[in-house]
Amino acid sequence: MKLSGSDIIVECLLEQGADTIFGYPGGAVLNIYDSLYKYSDKIKHVITCHEQGACHAADGYARSTGRTGIVLATSGPGATNLVTGIATAYMDSIPLVAITGNVSCGLLGLDSFQEVDITGITMPITKHNFIVKSVDELADTIRLAFQIAMSGRKGPVLVDVPKDITQAFAEYTPAPAQKPIEAAPLSEDEITAAAELIANAKKPYIYAGGGVIASEASAELKKLAELTDAPVSCSLMGQGAYDETDRRYIGMLGMHGTVKAAYALNNCDLFIGIGTRFSDRVTGDTSVFGKQAKIIHIDIDPAEFNKNIDVDVTVAGDVKAVLSALNAKIAQQSHPEWCEEVLGGDFGEPVQEGTKELPVTPEAVIEELDRLTSGEAIITTEVGQTQMWAAQYYKCRNPRSFISSGGLGTMGYGLGAALGAKTGNPDKTVVNMAGDGSFAMNLNELISAAAHGINIIEIVMNNNVLGMVRQWQRLFYSKHFSETTLDARHIDYVKLGEAFGVKTFVIEKTEDITPVLTEALSISKSAPVMIEVRIDRDINVLPMIPAGKPVVNPITSIDLEA
Amino acid sequence: MQEYVLSVKVANNEGVLLRVSSLFSRRCFNIKSLNAAETEVPEISRLTIVVAGDLRVLEQIKNQLMKLHDVKEVKILTDAVCREHVIVRAGRSVEDRRGIVEVANLFRAKSVDIAEDSIMLELTGKPEKIDSFISLLKPFGIVKMVRSGISALERD
Repeated sequence: MKLSGSDIIVECLLEQGADTIFGYPGGAVLNIYDSLYKYSDKIKHVITCHEQGACHAADGYARSTGRTGIVLATSGPGATNLVTGIATAYMDSIPLVAITGNVSCGLLGLDSFQEVDITGITMPITKHNFIVKSVDELADTIRLAFQIAMSGRKGPVLVDVPKDITQAFAEYTPAPAQKPIEAAPLSEDEITAAAELIANAKKPYIYAGGGVIASEASAELKKLAELTDAPVSCSLMGQGAYDETDRRYIGMLGMHGTVKAAYALNNCDLFIGIGTRFSDRVTGDTSVFGKQAKIIHIDIDPAEFNKNIDVDVTVAGDVKAVLSALNAKIAQQSHPEWCEEVLGGDFGEPVQEGTKELPVTPEAVIEELDRLTSGEAIITTEVGQTQMWAAQYYKCRNPRSFISSGGLGTMGYGLGAALGAKTGNPDKTVVNMAGDGSFAMNLNELISAAAHGINIIEIVMNNNVLGMVRQWQRLFYSKHFSETTLDARHIDYVKLGEAFGVKTFVIEKTEDITPVLTEALSISKSAPVMIEVRIDRDINVLPMIPAGKPVVNPITSIDLEA
Repeated sequence: MQEYVLSVKVANNEGVLLRVSSLFSRRCFNIKSLNAAETEVPEISRLTIVVAGDLRVLEQIKNQLMKLHDVKEVKILTDAVCREHVIVRAGRSVEDRRGIVEVANLFRAKSVDIAEDSIMLELTGKPEKIDSFISLLKPFGIVKMVRSGISALERD
């Protein structure tokens, strides 16, 4: 059957089982949008206010559903507006296919209107990218893009399609959905070596990253924790990989991890890192990280082994397959003293305090949200203090329920991601946790939420400062609060929300918390809703390990008078 | 820092050289030389890359390269035939010519272009041989020079 390039693109998306794509029209993708018009009963297109928001939405859709996210943008600025979103997905290994239009082949390389070399630009932030210069190669290129995105360590792939290719006709033969390329077989020796270390350990400690979520290995992780009889931490990307209400869970590890997790790191004799890349935010000073312990590193990407820290045993492979094989090899271990020492110990974790004028704390709001939603909501976050508070105080029970830009640290990520998460999970409560700084970056997407009835809850922790930067300025820059005080902004969030058609509440007093959250949760069944939470600007994220310092004895209080 | 020779087979796709070389630059790996051309299969090119680093860096380079979709095989060569080609124009005056020809004969270099006061020579050989050839030519004055970088093939 002869089809136009643009029809072929949509057919290929349908082949992959796509139900939703996010995007923004423009000149170079007019043909594709014409096909989307034709196929509108088969595939839903969500238009955002900005291509960046669309890319984050596709990313949030992917993280929350496990399926590959799809974003479509026009050439030139449309394509460059995707860059932050693609880089965000790349750093966090999120499967994403970005399709961009480009000028017609004959105009390529001539600085034509809205022309940009997007394959050149995105080379370092994609697993692979393509420019399609023959309509006969279009279908297979789109298919291959999906296969690359979902195989091995997942990630974004970009396909750039010049306008004349979308217009040209080619023979289209339907094909089944792409399957991931099968991973290389596990190494029996590596599994045995890991099992031996576990059998010989007296004080094992498990640290799980985003790879556990990507590989859907939460059940296997739980089993490993039980068999090993070990305490468990998750990285920021791993939030939800392990039920945070389980007795073995001891909080995040690293820069803003718990004191307990730092204790476990420094007192364990076996550190089991699973589906993680040992980010500098976690390891601090790598020369002392876990030095007293043996380290096992399990990951799908061998390039992560001995990259940031040296380890004793590496196990390459899909985390789920590795953990299944490993669990079958280890006998039930028992470390009651070690577990009691860590799980039962009181390590003096910090508690947040408000002020007389602004008594509400993020901790109180997030813990109440956790209670009211039974930890079953999908939490998306912006970046900075509020991101850390969300990770610390919302107790995720399930994988794919904590969605945050970990690697790139993209302010403005969360609202777009929330749109995608809610679109992919219409029956779940989706809450984006923002600070006022991040909110102002991409607040335009509230318009998209209202326009499409994407009924998310936007919580803005408003302290009128760029809090995380302020916190560093307080500690390391002699309290020179350079450009981080936003007092000159006088935003009326209620009016702003209402102008966009989003009902907005304010939480200012402790007694507001429960009723406002309850009402917002109820409204969010039928409309998007926003809450401004007024908080003091000197509530810091604690515990804290300064960057590059050993993860030992975290800072648990900061003297504001000092 | 130790030098290693990598032999990398890549799909001969648009931009593949850029993909490989930009990986080296963004990961702060050090390329000493890079040589690329088609193999007996036109869809496949072979890159010979000389890198400087320790074993840990070498392992990283190999693993990172293998993640590129267009990279099909990465071999760290230990027992291989390594060759380099040089074209060099040397000499400042007619008086230099005899000495230059002597050096050329010594190395069995071929003279490929002769001007009034200088000679252009070409030579293929092991990189060390090229090094000493160049150092013996230096006193006569090297006007310009191009080295191909190492190309290598492992022994069976």
